[in-house]
Amino acid sequence: MKLHEYQSKNIFSKYGIPIPKGRVAATAQEAKQIAEELGGRVVVKSQVLVGGRGKAGGVKLAKNAAEAEQLAEQILALEIKGLPVRKVLIDEASAIDQEIYFAITNDRAAKKPVMIASAAGGIDIEEVAAKEPEKIIKVHIDPLLGLREYQARDVAVGIDLPREYWKDFTKIAIGLWNVYKDTDATLAEINPLVITKEKKLIALDGKMMIDDNALFRQPDLNEMRDTDEDAPAEIEARKYGLSYIKLDGNIGCMVNGAGLAMTSMDVIKLFGGEPANFLDVGGGADSKKVAAAMRIILTDTNVKAVLFNIFGGITRCDEVARGILVAMDEVKPKVPMVVRLVGTNAEEGRKLLENANMITAETLADAAKKSVEAAKKVNYA
Amino acid sequence: MSILVNKNTRLLVQGITGNEGLFHTTQMVAYGTQVVGGITPGKGGEWVLEKIPVFDSVRSAKENTDANATIIFVPARFAPDAMFEAADAGIPLIICITEGVAISDMMRVRNYLDQKNVRLIGPNCPGLLTPGEAKVGIIPGNIAISGNVGVVSRSGTLTYEVLYAMKNLGMGASTCVGIGGDPVNGTNFVDVLEMFEDDPHTEKVIMIGEIGGNEEEKAAEFIRTKMTKPVASFIAGQTAPPGKRMGHAGAIIEGGEGSAADKIKTLEAAGVKVAKHPEEIPTLLN
Repeated sequence: MKLHEYQSKNIFSKYGIPIPKGRVAATAQEAKQIAEELGGRVVVKSQVLVGGRGKAGGVKLAKNAAEAEQLAEQILALEIKGLPVRKVLIDEASAIDQEIYFAITNDRAAKKPVMIASAAGGIDIEEVAAKEPEKIIKVHIDPLLGLREYQARDVAVGIDLPREYWKDFTKIAIGLWNVYKDTDATLAEINPLVITKEKKLIALDGKMMIDDNALFRQPDLNEMRDTDEDAPAEIEARKYGLSYIKLDGNIGCMVNGAGLAMTSMDVIKLFGGEPANFLDVGGGADSKKVAAAMRIILTDTNVKAVLFNIFGGITRCDEVARGILVAMDEVKPKVPMVVRLVGTNAEEGRKLLENANMITAETLADAAKKSVEAAKKVNYA
Repeated sequence: MSILVNKNTRLLVQGITGNEGLFHTTQMVAYGTQVVGGITPGKGGEWVLEKIPVFDSVRSAKENTDANATIIFVPARFAPDAMFEAADAGIPLIICITEGVAISDMMRVRNYLDQKNVRLIGPNCPGLLTPGEAKVGIIPGNIAISGNVGVVSRSGTLTYEVLYAMKNLGMGASTCVGIGGDPVNGTNFVDVLEMFEDDPHTEKVIMIGEIGGNEEEKAAEFIRTKMTKPVASFIAGQTAPPGKRMGHAGAIIEGGEGSAADKIKTLEAAGVKVAKHPEEIPTLLN
């Protein structure tokens, strides 16, 4: 789950990381009022959950409150990478001497958190990483020990930070580590962390991603979730613990297991079809989940056929079959259904579906071919 | 023959009285796996399937049964503790089936287990199957036969698909290892490839990967430089749109890295035959 800049910075601030004075606004008028409170010279920043806001014209400097209002008006009308801007952050403008990149994230290869920093921070950090990797330094953190102060100093030295800032930087590093740890973040990023003309370190921007698997112990963060970027069907799926992603094709898929779900999509494509979605009903799916999955797949009106590919392990095929029956009864689908059940309790499952008017298949290739054919027939009808 | 588990494996089941734990214990016992005890705190002294004693802690289970492996079926929020407990009790091999364990927990678990020299398989994995000897996990036993092909996979059900296709062609597995799809797990492709390379009864290997991360690339390097046995592979997610998360935390295309096309290219350059669909994989080893 991604957090907005203003949400991330609010959290940073609670952990003692200095941030600019500012507040979030939903209208140009609010923006003007906040700008007035801040003395006029402000930055108007779109709050959308994608990168490259600045390059898309979503971040602008205003010299006074009237200009802030005008810019907020413009930015609130923008759509950035398909996402409408619904909020702007109005931050006091800072006079910048240097921009630093500083983040803590997971290094999956090292199985450890890692601090990443560069003296060449700012909007071109990806380019720096690609072209001048020596300008980026990485220091791993032992997850059992936590961040040690000397490691923060190592980072400061590594990016040639003048000595006078080491103490403040160490405080920020420890703050960011605690943010990362306490929120179960997979990314806590400050870009840029600036040195101002007044010789202060300030987190000018903030970005956080939270591990969805840890949200059970992060109720406050869970409430911050902005679902604007998610399709309604994806939100509905999440409620049932299903993982669903809408795609552009016409063959709906319901599969257990992410790997097999992706593979089923691959095989549909291999035989000339286009998958309408990715849907993983998960391990141990019960009939309730399966019924919800079927409803969600069929809300997509592009769907001309549905492929059920269930290979029972922890999931029991008879449970899935029961779910299919419940859903068929409820949704009364008009598109052809191809079903393939193999593995745990597959026999019982197949028996349950005997009279359900479904196309059955033995192998995955066979199931994919049959669903591609079925979708074509519906198209011509 | 086999790697990791065989007929001498003495297995504990953590979460044995839970819904999933009990169901799969029944299946494992029916397969012939030696399940010597189970753990559910608060239910010590009870019995499961009339012959498997339940203990309150892994330590007491280990003391009373001389177990040498444990399988974990507890919910995600309790799974990290279950892994720490097993490691502290001196169990050298832990198989964690549970999906949805937080990454921060897994980083702590993995670093702790490494210090204790404990082998972890998973989490978020289907476990291990040595056909004819032991089923330690949730892979349906009847879809695989014993043979000389080592199978290693990041996926769960996709692995079943491949085992089933192998069986239909009369091809058997030495051991099938599901390493799980999480970004931080206990055992990776290279670890298992190394074991298969050293196992005298494994003659060929099937490796099932998917998009995201760079484990397949590391495996390709190992295969190119160290492996003498032939390897066939399949990579799931060839049609997955970039930037979309496809369920597994590991199945993310991160900034263009770890795409199926890249992985396939790297594997083919290492001499690995890569199948177009899972049912084709076994035919590449004939």
